[in-house]
Amino acid sequence: MAEKLLEIKGLKTWFKTDDGVVRAVDGVDLHIDRGETLGVVGESGCGKTVTARSVLKLIDMPPGRFEAGEILWKGRDLIPVPAQEMDKIRAREIAIIFQEPMTSLNPVYTVGDQIAEVLRQHDKLSRKQAIAGAVEMLRLVNIPNPGKRVHDYPHQFSGGMRQRVMIAMAMSCKPQLLIADEPTTALDVTIQAQILELMQEMKDKLGMSIMLITHAMGVVAETCQRVVVMYAGKVVEEAPVEALFGNPRHPYTQGLIRSIPRVDRAAAQKERLEAIPGSVPSLLNPPVGCRFAARCKFAMDVCVKAMPPLKEVGPGHRVACVL
Amino acid sequence: MAGSTPVSLTADPPVAAASATPARKARFSPGREAWRRFRRHKLAMASTVILGLIVAAVVLGPLVWRVPINEIDFSAKLEGPSLAHPFGTDDLGQDILARMLYGGRISLAVGLAAMLVACFVGVLVGAIAGMSRGSVDAGLMWLADLFLALPQLPLLLLIIYLFRDSLTKVLGPEGGVFVMVVAVIGGLRWMQVARLVRAQILSIREKEFIEAARALGASNSRQVVRHILPNALGPVIVAGTIDVAAAIIAESTLSFLGLGFPPDIPTWGRVLFDAKDTMDMAPHWVLFSGGAIFLAVLSINFIGDGLRDALDPRRVL
Repeated sequence: MAEKLLEIKGLKTWFKTDDGVVRAVDGVDLHIDRGETLGVVGESGCGKTVTARSVLKLIDMPPGRFEAGEILWKGRDLIPVPAQEMDKIRAREIAIIFQEPMTSLNPVYTVGDQIAEVLRQHDKLSRKQAIAGAVEMLRLVNIPNPGKRVHDYPHQFSGGMRQRVMIAMAMSCKPQLLIADEPTTALDVTIQAQILELMQEMKDKLGMSIMLITHAMGVVAETCQRVVVMYAGKVVEEAPVEALFGNPRHPYTQGLIRSIPRVDRAAAQKERLEAIPGSVPSLLNPPVGCRFAARCKFAMDVCVKAMPPLKEVGPGHRVACVL
Repeated sequence: MAGSTPVSLTADPPVAAASATPARKARFSPGREAWRRFRRHKLAMASTVILGLIVAAVVLGPLVWRVPINEIDFSAKLEGPSLAHPFGTDDLGQDILARMLYGGRISLAVGLAAMLVACFVGVLVGAIAGMSRGSVDAGLMWLADLFLALPQLPLLLLIIYLFRDSLTKVLGPEGGVFVMVVAVIGGLRWMQVARLVRAQILSIREKEFIEAARALGASNSRQVVRHILPNALGPVIVAGTIDVAAAIIAESTLSFLGLGFPPDIPTWGRVLFDAKDTMDMAPHWVLFSGGAIFLAVLSINFIGDGLRDALDPRRVL
């Protein structure tokens, strides 16, 4: 068994709102081993992003609050760590890239300045050295002519290029874990593939782990070793990628896989794309039993009474379902 | 650290690395873009030229026009413009041009210094309010509202009436009044800047790039100084420009009411004040001093207008 780099145990991140407490993340368990890519999938609003931001403690508090659980980074719980120390862990040990490359760069500085700033903040470097480092990082993320582009402003880059710059910034301090929060959602398909390939390349070169948050099952199949499926703030299934696609156990996972659009069938002979009926339950007042029960075609009486715990159904394959 | 990063397989030829000198100026920096937009604002460009001439005149003028400002000549009192006295003379036969060139320095300096005071206090209060939110924010904004509600002119007069003598003792007649006028005008004009900065910070701090900076380990103060304030600067510059004009007017008002600088320091407002009694006999006196204030304030306001168009982040062209 590989070393556990990050382990989240029973994490509950709740938000206080005027309408009540939103249980955005409600008891999530997952772990990432050194050097692996973990996919976290689920539909919008299931708590993927909140989980990711919780790891770096980027949740605004208030209204957010860690209600329970532990975030163990190399065995050390991050939840009680003070803000100043968190600043040192960010970027140097755990880095994150966001969904929106168009707005994630500061418009008033050149990209070189921004990468250099990250470098200088964490390592003692002169301005010249830092700019040279920024050029090197841009080269690493395959930006053509990095020596010139380093002095360009974000608005002179396309979306895909900006995401590369974001990756360069995130990678510049060689973190051991990169959290990618839907890094390709805002990009078109060909660029998507390039970015995913780039992340894979970075991972191999620098030997880091990736937590890839996405709602695209195709992306997961392409890049991840293990997958965690989340639904309404909870983990419903966790499996190696082959097992998940070959033998999905949770009805929600099955539904997700069936809803992947296929290009290899002509439109005429295609049956209609299968959507999962209904929508995510309110996290203000989640049902007592299995949260998927209302949308599940196999739901039974036991399902609405209590949430089934995660149980082992194969090597590394756990599912929270009575079936 | 850069040296140890493995070079990508698709690396560029080493030529690119050699050209990677930070000396190269970026051609499309935000500043340059703003300048390009500013140049298209004709009124603002004309105003910049006029203001530039006024500034040059008051800075260099006394060096060229070497007539003393306090040479009394009763044989030539209240004369209209002539070659010897281009702006005419006042009731003591003093050369008005010389007095205005000298006084303009003080009028403009007061405007600039009061603006700097107002902007400094405003940015500080606005930044603290915007970043802290909660009760601190509410308290500071309440304070700003309170200051806005004060009747400014009577307050200015009261403060100056109370403190002029003690400050003059410490800093001398000229310095004391300058510090006081600047502090009072600046101290009563920071509220708009504070509100502006607070609003900017509240909106910018939610932007993705601030979260990205935070995620990459930028501390709170670094986020404000490096990332938020530079993005909030545009409106502050515009407000500051307008403040310069307002401060010049305020100083003129004070001097006109006889509560600003002493009579031997001929600021524009002071000259206007001295001129008011002989308005019917020597209209040139009033016109030149009033005109100088009018022209300076008008051009500063137009420049502010042009800057607003140039620095508006929503404008793309």
